[in-house]
Parts: sequence; structure tokens; C-alpha cells
Amino acid sequence: MEHQEQKNLLRMLLLIRRFEERLVELSQDPKNFGGMMIVCTGQEAIAAGTGAALLPEDVIITNHRSHGHLLAKGAAPDLIMAEIFGRRTGYNKGKSGTLHIAVPEVNALCTTTVVGGGIPIAVGTAFAAQYTGQNYVTVCFFGDGASDEGSFHEALNMASLWSLPVIFICENNVYAGAQRLEEHAKVKNIADRASAYAMRSQIVDGNDALAVYDAVKKAREDCLSGTGPVLIECKTYRWGGHGTSDHQLYQPRDEIAAWKERCPIEKLKASLLQAGTLTEDSYQCLESEVGQIVEQAVRFAQTSPWPEPAEALEDVFA
Amino acid sequence: MQQLTLGQAINQALREEMRCDDRVFVAGEGIGVGIHDDPRMATHGLLEAFGPRRVKDTPVTEAAIAGLAVGASVMGLRPVVEIMFNPFFTIAADQIVNHAAKLRYLSGGKSRFPLVVLIKTGAGLGAGCQHSHNLEAWVAHSPGLKVVMPGTPADAKGLMKSAIRDENPVIFIADMILNFIPGPVPEGDYTTPIGVADIKKPGTDVTVVTWSKMLGVALRAASQLEQEGISVEIVDLRSLSPLDEATVLTSVKKTGRLVVLHEATRTGGFGGEIAALAAEKAFDELKAPVKRVAAPDIPVPFSKPMEDFYIPNETSLIQAIKSIF
Repeated sequence: MEHQEQKNLLRMLLLIRRFEERLVELSQDPKNFGGMMIVCTGQEAIAAGTGAALLPEDVIITNHRSHGHLLAKGAAPDLIMAEIFGRRTGYNKGKSGTLHIAVPEVNALCTTTVVGGGIPIAVGTAFAAQYTGQNYVTVCFFGDGASDEGSFHEALNMASLWSLPVIFICENNVYAGAQRLEEHAKVKNIADRASAYAMRSQIVDGNDALAVYDAVKKAREDCLSGTGPVLIECKTYRWGGHGTSDHQLYQPRDEIAAWKERCPIEKLKASLLQAGTLTEDSYQCLESEVGQIVEQAVRFAQTSPWPEPAEALEDVFA
Repeated sequence: MQQLTLGQAINQALREEMRCDDRVFVAGEGIGVGIHDDPRMATHGLLEAFGPRRVKDTPVTEAAIAGLAVGASVMGLRPVVEIMFNPFFTIAADQIVNHAAKLRYLSGGKSRFPLVVLIKTGAGLGAGCQHSHNLEAWVAHSPGLKVVMPGTPADAKGLMKSAIRDENPVIFIADMILNFIPGPVPEGDYTTPIGVADIKKPGTDVTVVTWSKMLGVALRAASQLEQEGISVEIVDLRSLSPLDEATVLTSVKKTGRLVVLHEATRTGGFGGEIAALAAEKAFDELKAPVKRVAAPDIPVPFSKPMEDFYIPNETSLIQAIKSIF
């Protein structure tokens, strides 16, 4: 990866972090928007590393923890923010909110909050690439909990059987809801499940954006060469609860603290500082830049019009 | 005119659409090489005609089959996927109800999902309740889906062409028994519009609203009643969603009496929706209470006398009609 690309990667990590920190702050005031915010704080390297490895024509299918994926795929922060505010100017005219944002403009075609629900859809988008002979891959993001769903197993079986160009990215953040991996599955690694479908798999440090980038870039090339799908398990940790209303009573404090020591932003920053790609000054500039982008997005959302109530009746059928 | 079964009529529609449009492909369990292969069925011979790229035999994997359709359609293909029997739809229901039906809305109208889910259904073959359960009310209750249930081979061909060309998810439910009964089907290209009911027999004294296999029951009952001086108008809904309210209401206002006939079980069945429509919008024109003729609220039984008891027939329809005169 070129130096500038590495800085862009760090910038994306910072943007995702700041965007979601601001979301959590804003959600404290019901005048902005109500409901629980589901954020990826601590897991940003997976979104950012993957986004950097993909091309515009590549498709992503994502899940409830999607803001990072969408930003890293190139979605505009102000239009995401407006959607979360429920405004007409949002990507989906206020019909999706934080949980279901679709951004077809950047081929982020589905954010589903049915756990595991997106995985069979990724099989379909990948099938379309194979059927039409087009060179794009599909990336499907899901959590460790989703790998217990029947849809995961049906989808991986079909994808492998038909050698479809799809990269399954499992963000193993240790908790599915309140359950640790060992409480919901007997396997030690989600990646182990790929062997049941004769599928290649890889375990990656999910807090290392460069490692994620390398793994996804390689998987993308493999997919396009026709060797079939791959399952990448990114080991990471959910700093917060499942959502902002989760008090995390089941998460040991020292465990959280230990993982915060492995912050993906600090990790990449240290690596870039050491390599001389980054200075403390240029890092401050990046932080300030993303801060401005996020504030601009908030202003855009707050000053955007609400939809008319009856607009709810539109967009059911084409 | 050519005589085709419902399955053969669908088959002809598939062949014609596949010939014209490479975006159309078919996928499902045993649709290429299958345990139920029969010249009267919808997917018979497609593999030989179009090859394995466009005719995809899938594993036994309903959720993945439905997901395949959702993902392929949003990328611009026009999948026709088969769910072998209506009760197996429940395994695919997340993809159909939560995704196919909702993702366009969630995209704010930006994405399209032009897919067809072809489902075989219905009692009468002694296959028991896990193969024979009619669930059309489930899908008709899911906004974002179109639902069609043809009662004649001619409508089946035209509706399948419309379904494939539609920009939205269409659930196409085909009764199994109708796969074995030939009827006239026009040659060549024509479409039957989705959302438009059809008066299969005009009449003046009572309206029977029905669909799918029960159309035959209604026609036979009407012909008997005709001899007794009761003139029955038969409205074949063909589409449950969108519902052709106008045709139903015009007929009910004309005859002043309404009987709804469907094979699915009674409580929560789609017949309640038709009855409610008449109550809301044709109350003053009704001369008698609305009646529903439907299966009892039980799973479809296996044993022949019990299965026959389950399926509504001419006797039960005639009795219901006479009760409101």
C-alpha cells in the first residue's frame, strides 16, 4: 500500500470513530433521533481495511453494525447522517434509519438486521457476477453470532458448490448479544466452519487495518480468478455493548481495558509514525478534517426537511 | 387451440421468456434433473433446452434459493426460483418476507427486485399437510409482494410472463392438481395483467369470489345452480395482491350477495379480506350476509375420505349459496 493510501486508511478509521461517537452523543437527545445506536467502536479496522481493498463495482451486504462498512465503501457521511435523523434528504428518504441503510450508488445494496439474513443475498449478487461474466466481488459482513444461523450454512454451501466470487467476512467481536463465543458455539474459530463446505478460510487480526486490507485484497484476486469463495474471520472486540442501551454487565472491565490497549487507530497510527509516513502534526490535521466532515454532516441532517407523513406510502413497488 | 395443463402453460411461458431475455434463469430443487420430473410440470425439459447455466439445480436449501433470487435480481437478473411445495416456503420466508418484500422500500425506492418465486401447492394428492398447506394469505399479508394464483392454464401462461417482466417480487402459487388438467391456452406471446380479476362466468343473483383450483368447483356449482334458477357470477381473483377491488365491488353491488370460496383454511384466510371489502364498501347493496366457504381450521389430513372432507367442494358451496336466498 502506498503512503498516501495508508494515510487515507487511517483517515477512514478516524472518520468512522468520530462519526459514531457523534451518533452516540446525538442519540442522548430524543429531539435528534430516538432509539439504540449500534456502533462498531473498536472494530473500525475491518470496515476500513476492507473498503480500501475493494473497487467501486464491488458489492457489499452488511448488517446491523453497518455505519463503518458504508462509510468505507464510499457512502457520503452527510447523507447517512440525514437518514439516521429520519430526513427526506437521507439515502433512503427516512425509510431506513440507522439500521437498514442501502446505498446502491456505491453498491452497498443491503443492510439487514435479520441476523444472518444478508448471507444468502450475497450468494445471489455473486451469482449474478458469475452469470454475466462481470469482474466484481461481493463482500458480506456478519458477526460471530450469525454463523449459528441456518442461512449462514445454506449460503456457504451454495457459494462453495458453485464457486461464487464472494468473500464472507465474519467480525468475531467475542460477543453475540451477551453470549461469548464459547457459550454459543463449540468451535474455537468461526473460520473452522469453512472446512464443512470445502471453503478456504483465513483468520486475521481484525484490529490491524493493514492486515485486513491485505487479506481482502488477496481474497478478491482469488475470487476473480475463479477459485471460489473465502471465509475471513477477523478477530476483534466490541468495546461497547451490543447497542448503546446495553449496560455490558456481562463484559469484564479488565477485558475491555485490555482490548482498548489494542485500539485499531492507535495501532495504525503507531505503524505510520514509525515508518515516517505520518507526523503528529499531520495526524492532528486528519483528526480535525474528519471532525469537520462529521459536524458538516450533522448540520446538513439537522437542517434537512422531514418527509411528509404520506411519503410513507411511496416506494413499496417499482 | 392448444390444450395444456397449468404446468405446461407455465413451462411455455418460461421457454418463451428465456428465449427472449438472457437475464431470465430458473433455479430450484430438482428442476433440471428431478424426482418429480413429469411432462406436465412447469420446469420439464428446460435443462435440455437451455443448459445448466440458466437452469440451476440447487441443493435442498430453501433459504439460499430465495436469497439467490433476491441478490441476483438486485443486480439486474430476472430469477424464477421454485419452492417445491408451499409449506417449504416457511424456510425461505425470511428472504421473501423480510428481504424481497422490504428491500426496495428500505432503499427509498432506488433498488428493484424483479424476481418470481414459483410455489406448488394444494391438497388432493394424499401428500399430507406438510406438502399441501395453502399459505397465500401469509404472503398477501406482506406489503411489497405481488401474489398470483391462476385457476386456468391460459391465465397461468399470461401471468407467468407478466410476473417475469414485473419489476417487483411476484409470488406465483400454482395448484398441484391443476398441473394434471388440460385446458385451452393461446399460442405465442401474450400477458395476463397482475392485479386484474376476471369474470369467469357472468350472473345476476350471487357473486362467488374465488381463485386457483376452487375456480373449477365454482364453475361446476354454478352450472348446477343455473338449472335451479340461481344465476351465479364468478369472479376469479387471479391476483391476491394487488387486489382488484373494483371488479369485486362492481359484481357484489350488481348481485347483492357474496360468497367467498378458497381452499386455504378459514380463520385468517384471504376470504376474510374479501368479506371485509364488501362490508366496508358495498354494505348498503348487500341483501344477505357474506358467506365464506373454506377448509376447516385443521392441518390437511392424509386419508382420502378425510382429505376430501377438507377440500371445499360443490356441495359445500351450493349449500352456502342457498343459505342466503
